Amino acid sequence: MDAVILLTLTGLGLAALYFLVASGLSLVFGLADVLNFAHGLFLGVGAYATWWAAGNLPGAGPDGLGFVVAVAFGVAAGTLMAVLVELVLIRPLYSRTIEQVLVTVGLSLAGVALLQATWGADARPFPRPEWTRQVTTILGAQVPNGGLLLIVAAVLVLGAILAFLQWTRYGLIIRAGVENREMVTALGIDVRKAFTLVFAIGGAAAALAGALGSVYFGTVSPQQGGSLLIFAFIVVVIGGMGSVVGSAYAAVAVGLLQQFVNYYGTSGLGDICVVALLAVVLLLRPQGIAGKVATA
Amino acid sequence: MTEVKSPEAPSAAVPSELTTESTRWSRLRPFLPLAVLAVALILPYSTLHLPGIFEGALNSPGTLQLLAVCLVFGGLAAGYDLLFGRTGMLSFGHALYFAAGVYGTDILITRAGLPLWQAAPLAIVGGTILAGLIGAVALRTVGIAFAMVTLAFAQVGAILVARDFGGLTGGEEGLPLDVSGVPAGLVGVANTVNLYWLALAYLVVVVFVVHRVSGSPTGRVLAGLRDDERRIGVLGLDPYRFKLVAFTLAGGLAAAGGVVYCLIVGGASPHITSSELTLSLLVMVVLGGPGTRWGPVLGGILYMYLDHRLVSVGSSGAIDALPAFLSRPLSQPLFVLGTVFILAVYFFPGGLASLAPRLTLLRNALSPRRRG
Repeated sequence: MDAVILLTLTGLGLAALYFLVASGLSLVFGLADVLNFAHGLFLGVGAYATWWAAGNLPGAGPDGLGFVVAVAFGVAAGTLMAVLVELVLIRPLYSRTIEQVLVTVGLSLAGVALLQATWGADARPFPRPEWTRQVTTILGAQVPNGGLLLIVAAVLVLGAILAFLQWTRYGLIIRAGVENREMVTALGIDVRKAFTLVFAIGGAAAALAGALGSVYFGTVSPQQGGSLLIFAFIVVVIGGMGSVVGSAYAAVAVGLLQQFVNYYGTSGLGDICVVALLAVVLLLRPQGIAGKVATA
Repeated sequence: MTEVKSPEAPSAAVPSELTTESTRWSRLRPFLPLAVLAVALILPYSTLHLPGIFEGALNSPGTLQLLAVCLVFGGLAAGYDLLFGRTGMLSFGHALYFAAGVYGTDILITRAGLPLWQAAPLAIVGGTILAGLIGAVALRTVGIAFAMVTLAFAQVGAILVARDFGGLTGGEEGLPLDVSGVPAGLVGVANTVNLYWLALAYLVVVVFVVHRVSGSPTGRVLAGLRDDERRIGVLGLDPYRFKLVAFTLAGGLAAAGGVVYCLIVGGASPHITSSELTLSLLVMVVLGGPGTRWGPVLGGILYMYLDHRLVSVGSSGAIDALPAFLSRPLSQPLFVLGTVFILAVYFFPGGLASLAPRLTLLRNALSPRRRG
């Protein structure tokens, strides 16, 4: 029983990480039709900026309020990066989907290499508050606090994004744009501003995932984003393009499946089950759990 | 898709009515590939030193191995272009079929003890069947979703290899090739030249196959799929079948490349299964010029060459002398290549292959003025 609870909670922690990466990807893809390979880079930037701030920024540190400041700095760096990428690189290629993908591919290669050039290819120990190293006993299971932190953060982000989409004017534009972009443009609304906005949201969420994921793993490395990104893609496809709620459901399904099968089966089998799940979803319901049909 | 290709198709020859010089050139042009092939064939007999370009003499084993790897990747890029440039399918899982060739050969020879002449066909057939099966599922989606699905399947391959199920693949450390199953002429440093010729033969075969396919009626359907898939459907042809044919064929070519690569490198290592390999194939094709005959080949050769050479250039004195904020990024080949790639997408949408027609246009635009 302990094992089941522990696996459920660590699986949910993993799901939280996937959701933080996938929510931005899903919104960006749903609205702007951009498959963003550079999303892993935003995650890396967030993680490294947090790591750097904890050591160098005045007022920030590895503990207490200083840690909050460091994470805020990381999220700000990720957001800034995402906005710059959208404005400088993606915007000139508007409506040329393949070129946009190519540019983000190039950016992910160059960006990760740049991180590697600056801070080395090896994983570095990540400064984290003392309490995240400890465990909390929940119903007899010893759950690492870093995972719980991820879950709480993901739930907060989910709530914030949903509230934003539901109750603000820009949220309305984004929701309408995902549904039918041409119609929104025809009504005289500048959808491109919304593009920048979803990139910013996605960048912020990914940077948060980078910072808190590094807390969870205890290290930060340039390749971290890339390996998460593939599973985030899977979550986006299963959840349905453009649907934040769909991404949340899919992230939970993928995280739990992966964790349980990897524990009870052979290690690595869970990852394969996730891809099998993807194949089944695509064959039975190509538009994902909740989303528009996944076409280019 | 069509935007990738520049409207002035590079194969459309130079406007030849201009000068006698250019007519002579256009008459000689079809023989240029043969001349290059002849040079490539006799290259290993040359002891020429090209300082700065290669470290040793041209016929030194190190240089020949580098050239062989470059040639294999030229062939791989040409095969990938059959999907991306000629059919308009953005597959992110091409590394899987290449890896199937590499690991298939390696496992069949090293673990099962088969001789090369049995292992190689089995690996190629296996890789082709794998591509056919995965293509059959993945092609139910189109566009970006197709890219993601192929990526996911390739990830399964990477996981299978890295986790070392059944102790077959050697996991993270890779699997060195047991050379007792390989003919003696393909083993050892002294015989690198044979591997070089093998790689050259592979490249020639791929270019020939891609050329024949794209010139055939099937190839015209593939080009039609790239430009407007619905129209092909309206004409009564089944897009799914044609795409599956292209996908399977490209997978088979990649598997064959894997066999050659396995022999050149003398084993298999898990990094060839990573999605980064597919991404670099994409970079090669786009840098070279998608949908052209020689562009992807050139792109593949150049990319692999730079990838190898930039490492040693990056650690050389000239780069080290620069301030740290410049020298560190420049010592990362992927940073340089990624940046060049981004610039190419913006400023050279047709890649290297579009350079010649562009220069011709420029020259034609300038020459009357010079005369007058």
